[in-house]
Amino acid sequence: MSSSKALFRMDPGSGLFFNKSAETLMKVNAITAVVFLLIGGILATLVTATRMPTLHTLPTAQFYQALTAHGIDMLIIFIIFFEMAVLYFASTALLRVRIAAPRWGWVQYILMLVGAVMTNYAILQGNSSVMMTSYVPMPAEPLFYLGLILFAVGALIGCFIFFGTLVIAKEERTYEGSVPLIVYGATVAAIIAVFTIASGAIILIPTFLWSVGLVSHIDPLMYRVIWWALGHSSQQINVAAHITIWYMVAGLLFGAKPMSEKVSRTAFLLYILFLQLASAHHILVDPGVSSTWKVFNTSYAMYLAVLASMIHGLTVPGSIEVAQRMKGLNNGLFTWLQKAPWGNPVFSSMFISLIGFGFIGGISGVVMGVEQINLIIHNTIYVPGHFHATVVLGTTMAFMSATYFLLPTLFGREIFMFKLAKLQPYLFGLGMAGFSVFMMGAGTMGVARRHWDMAFTGAPYAFEYPAIAYTLMGLTGIFAAMAIIGGALFCVIAVGTLLFGKKVDSKVGFMGFRGADSYTTDRPPLLERAPADTVSHKDIGIGGFVAPGTFIMALVFLATFVLYYFVNWKYLSSVWGLS
Amino acid sequence: MSTILPPSDVIWWKVPVDRSEGLWVGIALLWCLFMFAMMPIWHIYGNQNLSNEAYRTHPEVFQDKVNAMVDAHTVRKETQWNVPVVKPPVGSDVYMLGKKWQWYPALELKKGESYRLHLSSMDWQHGFSVQPININAQILPGYESVMTITPNQAGEFTIICNEYCGVGHHFMTSKIYVTE
Ligand code: HEM
Ligand SMILES: [Cu+2]
Ligand SMILES: [Cu+2]
Repeated sequence: MSSSKALFRMDPGSGLFFNKSAETLMKVNAITAVVFLLIGGILATLVTATRMPTLHTLPTAQFYQALTAHGIDMLIIFIIFFEMAVLYFASTALLRVRIAAPRWGWVQYILMLVGAVMTNYAILQGNSSVMMTSYVPMPAEPLFYLGLILFAVGALIGCFIFFGTLVIAKEERTYEGSVPLIVYGATVAAIIAVFTIASGAIILIPTFLWSVGLVSHIDPLMYRVIWWALGHSSQQINVAAHITIWYMVAGLLFGAKPMSEKVSRTAFLLYILFLQLASAHHILVDPGVSSTWKVFNTSYAMYLAVLASMIHGLTVPGSIEVAQRMKGLNNGLFTWLQKAPWGNPVFSSMFISLIGFGFIGGISGVVMGVEQINLIIHNTIYVPGHFHATVVLGTTMAFMSATYFLLPTLFGREIFMFKLAKLQPYLFGLGMAGFSVFMMGAGTMGVARRHWDMAFTGAPYAFEYPAIAYTLMGLTGIFAAMAIIGGALFCVIAVGTLLFGKKVDSKVGFMGFRGADSYTTDRPPLLERAPADTVSHKDIGIGGFVAPGTFIMALVFLATFVLYYFVNWKYLSSVWGLS
Repeated sequence: MSTILPPSDVIWWKVPVDRSEGLWVGIALLWCLFMFAMMPIWHIYGNQNLSNEAYRTHPEVFQDKVNAMVDAHTVRKETQWNVPVVKPPVGSDVYMLGKKWQWYPALELKKGESYRLHLSSMDWQHGFSVQPININAQILPGYESVMTITPNQAGEFTIICNEYCGVGHHFMTSKIYVTE
């Protein structure tokens, strides 16, 4: 398609320009993502009900089957479909440009869909209950790996379309100056994605060949090191993507500017620079890798990726604080936060994502990533506790926030059952926070992850966990129920809005898709630089700090972090001597 | 709405950084450096460090070593699975293997004494997990890892598996008895 024929429409609410081909691709990717979230959620319910000693719902084999599918459908399929929509949005709608190679966009979508269905089919057959990590030499059916490979190829195509779109925007001068921070953040996510998918190919293609008998042996340690180069970096994509969404919400709802473009962009860059072998923190108690390798690669001598997240943790709320203070909410430490739109699910989801990711997911992740402390945490249910705080409370809630924004702007439908939508983030957020924290607690008591029976029925030696472990698992279940209701509510609201939400204009069609009559061939106007501030930084804040409230919150965060870090060292020092 | 717009300053990388932000970056960097330093420091002064000693091996070779120890030092047999309980000499090399779905054999050790514990898997990956003290290590087929353990409490400790290894995963239990 030549640029002169590209179709655009302006969304009057947000002032964003949507290119028709890109818009359709965003919609199908986002809708497919929510379908997989729903499937993954149903599986989560079954898995959780089985892990609760009082319910113990599924039989053994079905539990492991459901757990494998839950991990894959959520962490890989839901998240990456949504990320494709985010990439197309960040490149086309924000830069006011047509999408590069829309036909390849359909190749991306179809490959990912076929791959997703294929892997699920393999799991459903029953011989591929190997968990998403598929550690060799435990075998899965060839289709299991093949589906994942096709899915990854599709995602790779999506990344290249994103890069191509950036090139077109630059060539056609659709924007002035440097790209917006959000586009920069999405670019970081896409670059990491390319590295991730390359690692995935290096390990999954030989494993596929092994499953069909063409390769005789795959070294389990090598598999783990390379698999985690895929597994860990894909979490780095999620982090880059959800932090990008935090910044976007700050900009959309508050008109916020980054406190400093330089600091925020450098922090994003650190994710690319210090990511490569961060997979090491998954191998901390493996034989055959030296401590020097582990210590160096988990931290790159100074934990610079952690530093980057700590920086964003300050600058995102800080930028909101500055914007609010400039608007006149300059009194006291926290007036700006009190007066935030807590009843708007776009904001509440985003803010819960920020706090939950930092305080629960972030702190626990760094602590268990310490070489020696990992000894008392590895493979306990602490680990899923940690990552439900990062990838659910953090990433998934950020995606929910983006969805609440996209429903009216992209899909042209007003949110259905808005009263419930106001409540949904609190229900889901509180449920997930409790679920994560109590699982972490149970893990500290030694409860294993990926384990069907914490009572060890039929084992030669009986073993009973301390009573408190059972209490913690019970609390996990109660909070999981709350999260499941919150998650179900999200799916109902999203699908209900698409089907029944009030149309924002008469041209909106079924599920929010639009015909050609919504668009024109007029080229959108140039995206200009942000206007300069009308209020000086000198006139806001307290004692020379433009964001004193955020700074205090950051210090509270640091104090929690330091305390928790030393509590774990103390606990470690009490166990058997090991050398 | 500048997070979604191009930066307003043409030369944005020269705009000075505000105090709240600059100070935080400094504090966070120091904390990160400190956390990094803790790991090597614990290697020098701490008592809980996983050894780096590991060898490539084969299941049959490792099985032979386990059998030799079991034949020499078994003191009794337990449970309906007839698990041998081995009481090895203080300070000696002791062996435990993981296989679908059992940890083999059980051990009886002395409090305060050190033993060189060798671990390997006969088939898939397993997770060596000592409860209730909650020490965990990954066990891989083809690799023999050696760690020196010094139990600091007497009592009964259960070994469970915490790396998923198939439908019999929850059967994998064994014991380490620590006597005074
Ligand atoms: C209401 C929502 C959810 C509930 C109640 C839930 C519950 C659970 C439970 C109980 C486990 C099993 C822990 C174990 O036995 O090892 C689990 C595993 C997992 N969950 Fe969730 N989950 C939810 C949502 C999500 C979402 C949204 C994601 C990702 C975006 C996710 C990703 C995972 C992954 C990757 C695993 C690990 C699977 C494995 O060990 O291979 N979950 N979840
Ligand atoms: Cu990781
Ligand atoms: Cu196991």
